[in-house]
Amino acid sequence: MDIKPTSPTSPPPQDQPPLAVDKAGSTGTAARPGDRIFLAFSRGSGIALLVVMAAIAIFLTVRATRALTKNEGSFLTTFEWAANGAHPNFGIAVLLYGTVVSAVIAMVIAVPVAIGIALFISHYAPRPLASTIGYLIDLLAAVPSIVYGLWGALFLVPHLEGLYKWFDDYLGWTGIFEYNDGTPRSLFTIGILLAIMILPTVTSVSREVFLQVPKMHEEAALALGATRWEVIRMSVLPFGRSGIISASMLGLGRALGETMAVATVLSTSFDIQPSLLDSGGGTIAQNIASGFKEATDVEGSVGRDALIASGLVLFVLTLIVNGAARMIIARRKEYSGANA
Amino acid sequence: MKLQRKNRLRAIAAGALAVSGALVLTACGSDDNSKESNGGGDSTKAAGPIKCEGKGDLLASGSSAQQNAMDLWVKNYSDECDGTKVNYKATGSGAGIQEFLQGKTAFAGSDSALKPEEVAASKKICKGGQGINLPMVGGPIAVGFNVSGVDKLTLDAETLSKIFDSKIKKWDDEAIKKLNPDANLPDLKIQAFHRSDDSGTTDNFTKYLKAASPAAWPHEPGKAWEGEGGQSADGSSGVSAQVKQVNGAISYFELSYAASSSLKTVALDTGADAPVEATVDNASKAIAEAKVVGEGKDLALKLAYDTKAPGAYPITLVTYEIACDKGNKADTAEATKSFLAYTASEGGQTSLKELGYAPLPAAIATKVRDTVSTLS
Repeated sequence: MDIKPTSPTSPPPQDQPPLAVDKAGSTGTAARPGDRIFLAFSRGSGIALLVVMAAIAIFLTVRATRALTKNEGSFLTTFEWAANGAHPNFGIAVLLYGTVVSAVIAMVIAVPVAIGIALFISHYAPRPLASTIGYLIDLLAAVPSIVYGLWGALFLVPHLEGLYKWFDDYLGWTGIFEYNDGTPRSLFTIGILLAIMILPTVTSVSREVFLQVPKMHEEAALALGATRWEVIRMSVLPFGRSGIISASMLGLGRALGETMAVATVLSTSFDIQPSLLDSGGGTIAQNIASGFKEATDVEGSVGRDALIASGLVLFVLTLIVNGAARMIIARRKEYSGANA
Repeated sequence: MKLQRKNRLRAIAAGALAVSGALVLTACGSDDNSKESNGGGDSTKAAGPIKCEGKGDLLASGSSAQQNAMDLWVKNYSDECDGTKVNYKATGSGAGIQEFLQGKTAFAGSDSALKPEEVAASKKICKGGQGINLPMVGGPIAVGFNVSGVDKLTLDAETLSKIFDSKIKKWDDEAIKKLNPDANLPDLKIQAFHRSDDSGTTDNFTKYLKAASPAAWPHEPGKAWEGEGGQSADGSSGVSAQVKQVNGAISYFELSYAASSSLKTVALDTGADAPVEATVDNASKAIAEAKVVGEGKDLALKLAYDTKAPGAYPITLVTYEIACDKGNKADTAEATKSFLAYTASEGGQTSLKELGYAPLPAAIATKVRDTVSTLS
């Protein structure tokens, strides 16, 4: 039983990064001006990126240090943000909790749905439908976050009360799904909103990966008598795993840093609510947006520096998330098609 | 070749991204309800004599609470004076003061007077002088509510404090009933909304609570909310939208927001013989009770939040223009003086009434005019 490729199979893993440019430039053949210009340009761009990153990191660290040395509370455990006065007292705990929890909720909701959409587009839908859906998903990514914020505050929030009451009735005993009447402008609402916002990112990257699964793998599985679901389970998902992970991490990055939508929808407070459904809490980016306009920045006052210190925490958090994603992908390098 | 073209395209795309990013940012900054300010123009044409002195571009920035007032003044002023362009950016008081102290702007708008360290910093900018506070735009902060079946509500400072501190939780609480014997108060949870962003409105509202009922409001007044519990929303537009949407809600915002969302407002039992409604005239009466605490040319006010004067509505906000008493930037000094002279004039002040601002009472306005005429 030989498998005949019906179409010339696309070369499996996508192009290895072409040999470094400078090598190509020095292989003996006379470099044309175009080569030199392009080499200088690309090298310059690479350096510029490093310079920008360094500038951001240094700026954040210097200003954050200024704030942290003046802080009279503990930056890690204080449940308060009073940085503008003569006795600054602020802590990141509530914001860090809110940032991480809302992003995790978003991931839990968005990733399965996104994989479903991506599989539907790549393996189930007839071509015209697939391209329409793909287009709509990409459109979702183009909506500015403030628009999501307004939609969330004016449409989503009033319509969530029923769902939350249902959660309270059946899952209220867990404590984390308790809902005391209020307006449903909680971390869970933020999670739902963020899930919608990261859906296009996760979907389109996953879709690209699923489309790159070598036809031979799938056809081999089909030849063994596998159903479509079994094909997906045995060949598509394992091949795409690292791609799904990097797609999710891209989405997580967006969810962690989302500002305007959160600031518009969330009802903030500086404490950690035991229930996810009760309004309260805050996120790092939202707190910066809310506090920056009136933060003090004269000598001897650290209002702005404190906000910048929280920005540093977010910066580090994103670095860790991206680093973790890179590590996972590097471990499965054979499928570098995902490493888009 | 092809590669280079691609890069160029990317650069353009990156540029477009940066521009759209900036647009989003500016959109976040504005907190105006500009519907209000558009209507005002023509009827206030007779805004009094505007003397156009000095030329040049006047840059100013600061408090968003006075943005609508500034928009109107700028429009009236530039209709008369061709040589001067005034540009007021509502960046927030903190940012406004900072830009002024860096010498970027001719004057700043601020919800609160300069702090001592800011006055010290201003001496670098004002050659031979210092920054002074000129009270310019006053206005009532209304307490808006949305309780079905209740049209009129009277509260006092103590009850307000307890409501916003989550000590009173139901609308049919005894304390509220006592103040409103005729109202049909429902057994409904109170949803008290405060601002999630730092704001001069919060600052003035909590200053009122602290001054008028120190026992019931244990927190320090400030731009960031300190009270217990409650819900929050972003900006005056955010909290007023929540009050409109949620049955049982109560919150505080400038009067113009109550008018633009047609919300009912609380009358205050200040201890005067009758409860006081939140109106611009009543706010002017309360501002008249304020004391000037600034020294020399500085006209910083101490508002009388605990006033019992009949008809005086004590939750008021007075925002300042901050300029140098001496040593204003040479190229804009004349124009600054001329513009501020107009805003402090009787015509300039009364034109604000329909925007929900309270004109400065005569005694204070006179002092401001006198001081403005000595700026150099």
